[in-house]
Amino acid sequence: MPEMTYLSAISDGLREEMRHDESVFCMGEDIGAFGGAFKVTDGFIEEFGADRVWDTPLAENAIIGTAVGAAVEGLRPVCEMQFADFIACGFDQLVNVAAKMHYRQGLAVPITVRLPSGGGFSGGPYHSQNPEAWFLQSPGLKVVAPSTAEDAKGLIASAIRDPNPVVYLEHKHLYRRVKGEVPEGRYEVPLGRARVAREGTDLTVISYGAMVGIALEATDDLEGASVEVLDLRSLVPLDTESILKSVRKTSKVVVLHEATRSCGVGAEVCALIAQEAFEDLDGPVVRVTAPDVPIPFSPPLERAVLPQVDDVKEACRELLAY
Amino acid sequence: MATTTAKPAAIGDGGPKAVLTQEDRRALLRYMLLMRATEERALALYRQGKVPGSYYDGRGQEAISVGSAFVLGPRDRTCILHRDLGAHLIRGVRPGRVLAQMMGRAGGVTGGKEGNMHFGDTELGCVGMVSMLPDMALVTCGLALSFQMRKEPRVAMTWFGEGSTANGQWHEAMNVAGVRKLPAVFVLENNQFAYSTPNDREFAVDPVKRAEVYGFPGVKVDGNDVEAVFYAAAEACERARSGGGPTLIECETMRMHGHGAHDDMRYVPKELFEVWAERDPIDRYEKKLADDGIDIEEIHASVKDELERETEWALSQEMPDPSAALQGVFATSDPKLGDGNAPWSRWKEASHA
Repeated sequence: MPEMTYLSAISDGLREEMRHDESVFCMGEDIGAFGGAFKVTDGFIEEFGADRVWDTPLAENAIIGTAVGAAVEGLRPVCEMQFADFIACGFDQLVNVAAKMHYRQGLAVPITVRLPSGGGFSGGPYHSQNPEAWFLQSPGLKVVAPSTAEDAKGLIASAIRDPNPVVYLEHKHLYRRVKGEVPEGRYEVPLGRARVAREGTDLTVISYGAMVGIALEATDDLEGASVEVLDLRSLVPLDTESILKSVRKTSKVVVLHEATRSCGVGAEVCALIAQEAFEDLDGPVVRVTAPDVPIPFSPPLERAVLPQVDDVKEACRELLAY
Repeated sequence: MATTTAKPAAIGDGGPKAVLTQEDRRALLRYMLLMRATEERALALYRQGKVPGSYYDGRGQEAISVGSAFVLGPRDRTCILHRDLGAHLIRGVRPGRVLAQMMGRAGGVTGGKEGNMHFGDTELGCVGMVSMLPDMALVTCGLALSFQMRKEPRVAMTWFGEGSTANGQWHEAMNVAGVRKLPAVFVLENNQFAYSTPNDREFAVDPVKRAEVYGFPGVKVDGNDVEAVFYAAAEACERARSGGGPTLIECETMRMHGHGAHDDMRYVPKELFEVWAERDPIDRYEKKLADDGIDIEEIHASVKDELERETEWALSQEMPDPSAALQGVFATSDPKLGDGNAPWSRWKEASHA
């Protein structure tokens, strides 16, 4: 299997789907001639033409709304928000039109909305957000957040093939830092299935996206403790079975995400564990997240906000000692 | 059957002529009458407590949805607004299903998931509206985009009030339609008020003028003249089908009921209301057709019969089972939009050709 970056794996998955199915096309700001702000669609316009790699006007509701119309007529648009933060400008079409379409009138909306998300590079308050929790309150949307190159390719394929609107969070910090072996050709990673990133018996860190790597690094050598790392991969649907299975095995849980704390994905995971696995716990369920503040620009400020390896180590040590 | 033509209108440069036969004109009147009768019945059901929530209709605006939707061919697609029951009826939605929809019955178009006119019969090519206006203008752009990408001579048509033109999404839609030259027809219903806010507080320029700055034609017609609306829509559809891009049609009209049944319209000056009452689109068209020798009473009687049957059917429908509330959040397959009814004689001729 060839080794690829996380970014190349997304490109590869997109390209494979576009080659396989003429109804798949990309739309977004600067994705054509420029190849995308992060170059995910680099070379696409040459291969697929300007119609299927559409440089749209700077209008996020237009991107998503137009995609909805094309999708109900049988096309499979893949929308790129230049940064996840800008989904706020297309929010209405996503949560009111796309998400509710099937419930209200039985019509499938097979669109994929790619969100380059996350911080760690001084992007400031509008180029660093992790907005996934917004979508968990919007029934009808599926939400995925891969952490590896292999999953990045497999999940973009399953997002495109799924008959529902899928929000695909691709973490910018992983684009060129994460590399891995990626199968050639088309394959899908099923939506709604978590992945055990490392087996363990003493404690589970539940995470997704960029924080999976942080979890692995923080717990790689933690005074001999055997720490399981569960990579959720899919936030909607949430793989509750895998979460509870791991909790029942280790009895101690740290929930880790880069997004802000209150009412985040972690809160939902904690509530699930409290309700379904209370008797299995040997300690409080601990959250490690960004605090409830916007993401600041200056490096020391940003580091103070985003969960760091040491924060995870400390939380795990405390819980192991409980 | 009489095939006398009314006012043939040239479409485009040397393109086909839109022609209304006497049978077409009879149909235009019948659809307007059926829309009004269905809405009057729905309002009566609302007052009897059988329609939950509030109730919204398009009284006085019947010529717009009927005149414009009548132009559409089977494979064209629509996003229809809550003032435009006529478009649903033309595309083939039965009045009984509309009444059942209003009453939240299982037999309604959305099976009770949605209320009022917030529906689209997907089997008849309609994507139902949402309450955020004018979101469907962008969905219409997407439908049109799919036709353009596949090189199909099809049209996407949508309707919205002048109030919608203040919202940014309307401008996003106009811009996208203009820049991609999409085969879309935007029917703007200027009914003088956005809920209670009059035109002079809504915009500083007549919204039809905005079409030009987005790079496509805008035309203004008497929205209470069903044939004027028809000819404007026919020209716009022909332009769209032949690759000429979108058209904005502003139909000047007046909302003769409140925004909803809860609205007593106290903000509407009495004189203004009276002026528009004199211009009722159905009264006007009845006189015109009667002068042309068409039997109006026969049409009234047939509408009355149909509505009685349809009301009876709607009232016989069950309320939905509560378990349905939890079903259908996610799709498990890709159901497609179906084709709509296309009663204009041009399409019947095309299918016989």
